[in-house]
This record gives sequence, structure tokens and C-alpha cells, in this order.
Amino acid sequence: MRLREIFNIRTVAALLITCTLTVMGNALFAQEQDSIISSTTTAIDAAANTGNTELAPSSLPLISTAVDTVARYMNMQPVVETKDHSEAYRSGSYYFMLFFLLCVFIAIIGKILKVYEITREMQGQKSNLDNKRFQGVLLGVFLIVGLYGVYWSYSVQGPMSMHESASVHGLDIDLMFKITLILTTIVFILTHIALFGFSFKYRASENRKAYFYPHNNSLERIWTIVPAIVLTVLVLLGFFTWRGITNVSPEDQKAAINIEVVGEQFKWTLRYAGADNEIGKRNYKLTTPTNGLGIDFKDQKSWDDKLVSEIVIPVGKPARFTIGSKDVLHSFYLPDFRVQMNAVPGMPTYFQFTPRLTTAEMREKRNDPKYDYVLLCAKICGAGHYNMQAKVTVVSEAEYATWLAKQAFYYNDDVKKELQMVENKSAEENNKIALNTNTIIN
Amino acid sequence: MASTLTHDSGVLHQHDNHGHDHGHHKETFLTKYIFSQDHKMIAKQFLITGVVMAVIAMILSILFRLQLAWPDESFPLLETFLGEKWAEGGRIKPDFYLAIVTIHGTMMVFFVLTAGLSGTFSNLLIPLQLGARDMASPFLNMLSYWLFFIACMVMMASFFVESGPASSGWTVYPPLSALPKAISGSGTGMTLWLISMVAFVASSLIGALNYISTILNMRTKGMDMWKMPLTIWAFFLTAIVGVLSFPVLVSAVVLLIFDRSFGTSFYLSDIVVAGQILPNQGGSPVLWQHLFWFLGHPEVYIVIMPALGITSEVIATNSRKPIFGYHAMVYSLIGITVLSFIVWGHHMFVTGMNPFLGGVFMITTLIIAVPSAVKTFNYLATIWRGNLRFTPAMLFAIGLVSFFISGGLTGIFLGNAALDINLHDTYFVVAHFHLVMGCAAIFGMLCGVYHWYPKMFGRMMDARLGYLHFWLTFISAYLVFFPMHFMGIDGVPRRYYAFTEFAFMQEWLTVNVFITWAAIISALAQVAFLWNFFYSMFYGKKAEQNPWESNTLEWTTPVEHLHGNWPGEIPSVYRWPYDYSKPGHDKDFIPQTTPLSETMSSNLPHDFEDNPEAERIQQEWEKEHASKPKVQEDLV
Repeated sequence: MRLREIFNIRTVAALLITCTLTVMGNALFAQEQDSIISSTTTAIDAAANTGNTELAPSSLPLISTAVDTVARYMNMQPVVETKDHSEAYRSGSYYFMLFFLLCVFIAIIGKILKVYEITREMQGQKSNLDNKRFQGVLLGVFLIVGLYGVYWSYSVQGPMSMHESASVHGLDIDLMFKITLILTTIVFILTHIALFGFSFKYRASENRKAYFYPHNNSLERIWTIVPAIVLTVLVLLGFFTWRGITNVSPEDQKAAINIEVVGEQFKWTLRYAGADNEIGKRNYKLTTPTNGLGIDFKDQKSWDDKLVSEIVIPVGKPARFTIGSKDVLHSFYLPDFRVQMNAVPGMPTYFQFTPRLTTAEMREKRNDPKYDYVLLCAKICGAGHYNMQAKVTVVSEAEYATWLAKQAFYYNDDVKKELQMVENKSAEENNKIALNTNTIIN
Repeated sequence: MASTLTHDSGVLHQHDNHGHDHGHHKETFLTKYIFSQDHKMIAKQFLITGVVMAVIAMILSILFRLQLAWPDESFPLLETFLGEKWAEGGRIKPDFYLAIVTIHGTMMVFFVLTAGLSGTFSNLLIPLQLGARDMASPFLNMLSYWLFFIACMVMMASFFVESGPASSGWTVYPPLSALPKAISGSGTGMTLWLISMVAFVASSLIGALNYISTILNMRTKGMDMWKMPLTIWAFFLTAIVGVLSFPVLVSAVVLLIFDRSFGTSFYLSDIVVAGQILPNQGGSPVLWQHLFWFLGHPEVYIVIMPALGITSEVIATNSRKPIFGYHAMVYSLIGITVLSFIVWGHHMFVTGMNPFLGGVFMITTLIIAVPSAVKTFNYLATIWRGNLRFTPAMLFAIGLVSFFISGGLTGIFLGNAALDINLHDTYFVVAHFHLVMGCAAIFGMLCGVYHWYPKMFGRMMDARLGYLHFWLTFISAYLVFFPMHFMGIDGVPRRYYAFTEFAFMQEWLTVNVFITWAAIISALAQVAFLWNFFYSMFYGKKAEQNPWESNTLEWTTPVEHLHGNWPGEIPSVYRWPYDYSKPGHDKDFIPQTTPLSETMSSNLPHDFEDNPEAERIQQEWEKEHASKPKVQEDLV
């Protein structure tokens, strides 16, 4: 028994020493190499410098310098690299050593505790460091500290994260959120008080036997039915809120401003429906560098569609977004408006909402004169996913009208010219084919 | 006499002795440690592979946490280890960031929490707790492990291909995962991901079928379904969920392979990528999501149910109290099993799925919260007035309950379609599932390791290091995931490489640094576990046969492992596994192998529910000894 103890300590010590040696050796080696390298570099640099001063610049490709540059090349390349690495190794091994020392420290404390316990045992006394009971006390302490932590989080990070909704339906969502938050917080705190409180109160004791209590059907019925009722209330509230947001009647759809937003890696393209408030058709096969969305200009509805660079919508008027994607999945996400809908290639999706606060009002409310609403991508879409944004501005209706009037049409001269060319080309081709067939027939 | 009623199994089981003789034939290193068909060795193989995968996945998580906390700083060491391609100048590149996020998720969900958890403990405990010599088909069991191992190796291999590992998130949504032009990880790396998944699904399927047949056919005498420990119930139902849902993932994967390699259009339509117009038309990316989540949601129950089973057992044992509401626990597990198949749509509220369907899925989703709540309350009732022994396993079990509550409650927000609009794909989701299925399930796994380590390796783990491990992990896990909820509520999307591009995210930068430090501490805390785990294997204190004074059958086997588990005949079972602190009995536990005839003083009318003869004998006995128990009680 005791032999093994000694053996244990010995192995630990042996391990300690070997590890320390390797780490130190590594660090030392790295340092040494570093100094050697730096000395060689300085030497080479000096040589190069002297070479340069001795020789005229025009006579640079002389043998001596050539050798120099070769030497430099051979040495310098690895020099730069190893230098970086040695630094990295050094800081890395520094942190490793720090952690290792911590482990040693913990191991020593562990050994001391063990020795203490063994001596107590040899003296025939029961260890007063009763770990298993002590853990119960720790759980009790954790309950109090944890509850304070939750309170701190709610009071400091809560206001950081919860802001007034800038859309009408967002108010319903926020109300639901608050109801759910209050209910869940109550349950969270009560169950945790029970969990850690019981752990503290009923920690093991030799003098007590646990209470044999295998089941109680009425109690179980209560805690099946009560959550069921609470959840039913939440489900019903949620269901009607959800239907209210997503189920828009055709009349309401017509009353809204129609805007198309198309995601592609890693930007959003926007198209306003123009005077007819109808978006022209798209066919992805018509995509060209000038017609990025593949708009089918044979559809006359597309002629008055407007090309814009950011979303501008009037306050208090419903806006209906038709959401599409050119390549992979994206997600049209406006956190301020509680709006999110995926952009799916090959399948248009829709979201209609009414903004209730202009950008200016929101800036005032948040007390941040630079605050802007923003459109993000919330569905992983590639390397640039983290920066796929567009500015969103909510303005008064008059401002909106003047802004929209200034925006350019999609169906502009460039596009017309290109279309013309394509048409001519295809006409020519048709002619050719016709000629060919004619000749064949002849 | 009562003894004749309950003690008549001796002769019937003699033919089982061959298992013992089996143990003596010569085993080579290869058959004992590598291609072992012994369920205990396979369990250890699963566990150690799972632990290795967990460490790798954890290191990946620290890498991306470094990037999130210090997006502008360079870590030259990263360039040394990862090379210029992935971490030029010591800064992780966006492509590689997404790759490590993806592989972290895949490894943790499938390799650690599915195979590492359910593979380890199903294999170890099903035969031991049911009283079987081995699994129903040991060869398939071995195959299951080796397919899992292949899956791990193929996944790891994807780090060594030029275009990098799969990087479209662990859900690998097409078209991103189908188009190498959209992200380089969707090249060879994605192919390897898909191959790995097919191997993995085959492994879990074989494993699950084996578990089911063992549980249904190989229970020892007296072990009817209602006498099985809750661990076995959990493994049984988990296996059923796995058998029914995993094949769907394979079908989804096969279609994706077709789309990627053979030009079909199951998931692709109307795509222009890198200026090139693709010919695919008529497919739908939403189809993948339906198929994936038809597995994916049951998958989270595949992950959490074994953890709940393990903690049920550990909490009952260490509270010295029967698990409260055994039947309710089983029924809620069954409820979760059934409901888990009709809730997948709650991952898709805002994916363009018909909004009415979203409403329906919302209803089913919130219903599934009821059995989960019942389980939680039953845990609380179990520790109420218990005599709690805080072994490291017990602490991890309590930690699991805490995480399960916290993560479960945030699920009520996300299951609500209206609230999900603003929370979908944000850090709120990250926090939610890491608590409820990440932390809770890993705590269940650690709880199981600490509890059954003596059974697996014949030695004890050091309790003090276990305590250190628990407290550091428990506290830092909360510090990592609690603040993430608030980031999500503010609208910070997940899988963002940096928070630097948006003004409103600036205030979360310091929180990110805090979270990363907490993550680093929790990662370092795992060193305490790893040391304890590997060191105790060789130098730990020798274990007693029943170190936790537990009732279940596995503690009646000898400490030294035998092929066939029990040296003589397999013991018979006479009672349920939770007779802890039964009034009238001198000890606070009565093993399942103790016949009722030996515990006349503590038998309850409930124990004889289908045996009037035994009940009559008991009543007679009680009349005879009418005065004695009272005296005993007074003494106590």
C-alpha cells in the first residue's frame, strides 16, 4: 500500500522532470537557434551592404553578389520562417509551462490531502474532510452564486439584447416573448432551487435513511397536467400570432409595396416593383453580367422595375418582400423588425410586415445617432457569410416617394442594347440555320 | 415455503455454463483487444474512440473560439500547426472557420454523443444489467464498432485533402454542400463526409438491431420488462428511434451523392454559381431539410435518452432511494420516442415550408415538452428526502438535470414558431442545443464513465480529480452558453466568422472574449479527466465488486472480466432494481438477485402484484412476527 504510494509519487516526479526538461530544452533550443540565425542574418546583411557600397548598382549581377544573393536566398527564406516559429513556440511553451505548473500545484495539493487523510485513518479517526458531504455544501453555494449570476445577466445583458420592435407584428412577438420569458424564468428558478436546495439539504448522513417513496400517482398527475395546460396556452397564443404574421389575405397583399430581394454569395440585390406594383418575371437562364437577376424583359411588368442599392421603406405602410436566391440558401433576416425568411433557389418565399418606427425615431429611442437598421444573412452560405449585409432605412411616405423617383430602372439603355444584340444574333443564327437547311434540301 | 416459490431456478440454467469455459481458450492480442467480440471490450473501444474524437472536436471548438474572441489578432502558433493555407499569418481563414465549425458539430453529435455515449453504455450495460453472456450477435457487434472506426477515420482524412473538410455546417444543407464552386469544402471533403456518414449509419443500425434483439430475447430468468433498470429502457427506446430514423439519413445522403456526382436535381434548381448557369431544375433544397431533420430531430433524442437513462440509475443509486415514478419515467421515454418522429418541422419554420405546416409542428413540439417536464420533476422528487452520496458520477447527474432544465426551457421559445422567426439560426439556438443536448448529454456520458469505470477497468477513478473536473466543467459550461442567449435575442446569427462587420454586434465583442476564456478553462479542465481516465486504468485503486452498493445485476459479476460475464450460472432476478432504503430491511439496498423470501421484513403488498400465494405466505409471516418490526423501527 505504502510502497505504491511512493511509487506513485516517484512516477509523477519522473514525469514532471522529463516534461520540464523537454519543454525547457525546446525553449532553449529555439532561443539558441534564434540567436544563431539572427547573427547569421546580420552577417549576411553586413556583407550585402558592403557589397552594395563597393559595387556600382549597374554591376550588380557580378559573381560575388550573385553568390551573396544565393546565400541570402538560402538563408533568408528559412530565417524569416523559423524566426516567426521560434517566437510562436516560445510563447506557446510559456503558456504550456504555466498550465503545467498549475497541474503540478494541483497534484501537490491532492497529495497533501491524501497524506492528511491517510494519517487521520491511521490514527483511527474519521476524516473530517468528508468530501461527499462537502460537495453538497458546494452545490448549495453554487445555487446562491448562480442565482445572482442569472440576475446579473438578466439585468445587464438583458437590456443589451432586448430592444423595441420596429415593426407592428414584432410587438406581438415581443409580448409572447415576454410571457414565455416570465413563465420559463419562474420554472427555471424554482426547479433549480429544488435541485440544488435538496442536494444541499439531503447530503449523506450515516444517521439517516432515505425516505422510501417510489411513486405518488396524484402528484405525478399534477405535474403532467400543469405543464400541459401552460404549454397549451403558449401553443394557442403562438399559433394565432404565427398565423397572424404569415397568413396575409390577398387584399392585404395587394395593398403592400412589392419589393424583391435576391441573395447571392455574398450580397443582396434589390428590385422595387415600380409604378404597377408588380415585379416582372425572372428566369435564371437569362442571367448575364448586365442582367444579374435574369429578368425576363419580355414581361412588360419588368419594364418599370427599379434597381436600388439599399432597402428604403415608408413607415406605417405594409411592405411585401419576395425573397429569392441565385445560388445557395440565404436567410433574409431583419432583427429589428422580427423578420426572417430563408432565400431558396428555385422557390420564391414571402414576408410581409409593416414598419412602425422610422430610422430617425429609432435613433432617438436607442440614443444612438448613427444607428441603422440592417439586413443580414442568417443561413450559412460560404466564406463571406459573416458580411452579407444591406442597409435598411425607414422614412416618411413623402421622403420615400422622392427617394424612389430618383432610382434608376432595371430596363436601361445597356440592357436594351444587349437585348437588341442578342435578338439580332439569334435572328442571324436563325437565318443561317434556314440557309443551311435550304442548302441541305437543295 | 416462500423459498420454493422464488428460488427454483437452479437447475434450469446449467447449460449456460459453457460461457464460462469459453473464457479459458487462448486469446491473442488481436482477438482480445482489436477484433474482440466481447461486449465489454467493444464498449471500451467505443468509449476510447469517443473520448479521442471528443478531444479533437473540443480542440476545434477552441480554435474557432479564438477566432471569435480575437478576430484581429494573429496567433503564429496556428500557422505552424495548420499551415499557411488555413491560417495564414496566424489568423484562421473564413473557409477554414466554417470547416472546423462543421466538423466540430458532426463529430460531437455523431461520433461522441451517439456512438461514444450510446455505443459505449449500451454495449457495456445491456448484457450485464439483463444477465446475458454477451450480445445477441457478437460478430455484428464487432462490425458495428469497426464501421464506426472507419467513419471516424474517413472524417479525419478530410482534414488532409487539398480542398479541406466539409464546411457547410453539420446539417450540410444543399445547394451549398452540393456545389464545390460555392465553397471549397464541398469538394472532396464533402464526399468524404458523405462516405463517413454512410459508414456511421450502417454502424449504428447494426448496433441498434443488436441492442433490440438482446433486450427482447436475452433477459435472465425473472427479468421481465418492468424489472429492467431505466438505463436499459432508455437504450432500448433509443435503439428503436435509431433503427427507424437513421435509414432516412442514408436515403438523403444517397440523393445528395447523386446530385453531386451524377447530375440529378433532387435538391438543386435555378442556380447560377460563379457566373455559370447550372442546368439543374425542379429540385428543392427544402426536401433535404425534411429528410435530414426526419433523422436530425430524433437524433437529439438518440443523444439525450441514454444520458437520461444513465442518470436515472446513478441518481437512484446515490440518493439511496428508488427512482420516483418508475412507470412514469418509462412512459415518458416512450412518449418522447413516439413524438420525436413528428416534430422535425420545428427546424424549418422559416425555411419556406408552408406556414400552416409550421403551426402544426409547433403544436407537436410543445407537446413533447410534457414528458420531458415529467422526467425532470421525477428526478427532483427522487433526490427529495434522499441520502445523497456525492460521488463524481452523482454530481455529473445533477449537472445533467440542471442543463436539461435550462436548455429545455429555452426550447419552449424555439418551438414556438412566432418566436422562432427572430431566434432562428442565431446564438440563442446555439446556446439552447449546446445546453440541452451538448452539455446535458456529455454530462450523462461522463456520469456513466465515473459510475461504471470500476466495472469497465476494475479500478477506481480518483474522486478528488473528479470533483475538480466537475466543478470547472459545470461552471465554465454555464459561463460559455448562458450569455449566448442574449446575443441571440439581439439578433447575432450563428456561424459568423467575425462580429466586426456589423455595428450592432460591437457590444458583444467583449462578451465573446469572456466566453472564449470560459471555453478555454473548460477545455483545460478536461485534462483532469483525461489524466484521471488513463492513469487510473493502470494505477487506480483496485475496485470492489459493488463499490456504489448498487442493486443492479452488473455488480454481481466478478471484478475481473470473464468472457461470459458470470463464472457460474447467470443469476436470477426477483425484484425491480430500485429497492433502496426499503423500510424494514437492515441495509439500504437490496440487490435484484435477492429473493423476496430473504427479505420478509421489508416486503410490501405491491411486491406480490401477480402472486396471491406468495402474498398469503407473506401475510402469515407478518402475523407471526407482528411485534418484531415495530421494535426494530423504534430502535432506528
